[in-house]
Amino acid sequence: MIKNIAVLLAVAGLLMIFLPVISGFQERENLNELAADYVDGSIHDLGTPNVVTSVIVTYRGLDTLGEVTVLFLATVGVGLLLKGRKEDMLRISSSELLETTSSVLVAMIMILGVYIFTHGHLTPGGGFQGGVVIASGFLLLMLSNVNAKISHSIMNFVESFSGVAYVGIGVAGMVLTIGFLNPGILPLGQFGDLFSAGAIPVIYSLIGLKVGSELTSILVTMRGE
Amino acid sequence: MIPVIIIGLGVIMLAAAVAAIYFKSLLASIISAGVISLLASVIYLILGSPDVAMTEASIGSGLTTVIFLFALHRVRKGKSDD
Repeated sequence: MIKNIAVLLAVAGLLMIFLPVISGFQERENLNELAADYVDGSIHDLGTPNVVTSVIVTYRGLDTLGEVTVLFLATVGVGLLLKGRKEDMLRISSSELLETTSSVLVAMIMILGVYIFTHGHLTPGGGFQGGVVIASGFLLLMLSNVNAKISHSIMNFVESFSGVAYVGIGVAGMVLTIGFLNPGILPLGQFGDLFSAGAIPVIYSLIGLKVGSELTSILVTMRGE
Repeated sequence: MIPVIIIGLGVIMLAAAVAAIYFKSLLASIISAGVISLLASVIYLILGSPDVAMTEASIGSGLTTVIFLFALHRVRKGKSDD
């Protein structure tokens, strides 16, 4: 009884908090000053059609580095907790349908993932989304083929290489241009081309490789080895 | 029309969230939680943010669901060993 009253009170309190927010909501007609500056700078200073990418990789680049670090720590944590349990590998035999389909689909999913992160500055998506798509391709491989071996050392190498290169590009931006993670170390190029927007596609591809290899090693660890 | 679709999706999301709590089977709860993320990604797409929609669909409804399923399998396996 008291529990129910407490729940009702909590809901009523939330309503009190959110009702003014909802009732006072009006759709904005214009961008605010900061957003307008980002949209303008993304097109004129960085040559990036996708404004979201220019914010993630350049304007808030340090936050993205932190995000990637958090993901790395999560991977290390999962690996540490589930270390050395060789006996309980997940062995669910797959159907013939899944095996046949996956032999075609895995390659296409991987290519889609690479496409998403290399075109991060042109189309929606980027390193994180592309990395997850690649990890899901590896997942399909693991589900369809029970004996599929995914090498931990290759994943670790790709992960560390892209992490070091990401920070290296950031430091190069500090030395050659005005600040850490500034993409101006490479020429801007033609607006809308694949090889344009300075170092943004390079950074996003490295993030894609890093996220993909990290999530794949989480999946490999969770499956057991 | 668009507000109606969004409200409809929101109602289904709430129903899925409540169902995830009350389902007896953990497998059904996990899938129900995946449905919430999938519908959220549709709402993001309707509201014009394809980047967030992609992240939500791939991480929220794809990878998280699979990791939960792996974890559930491991927990069950640990129980049967005792």
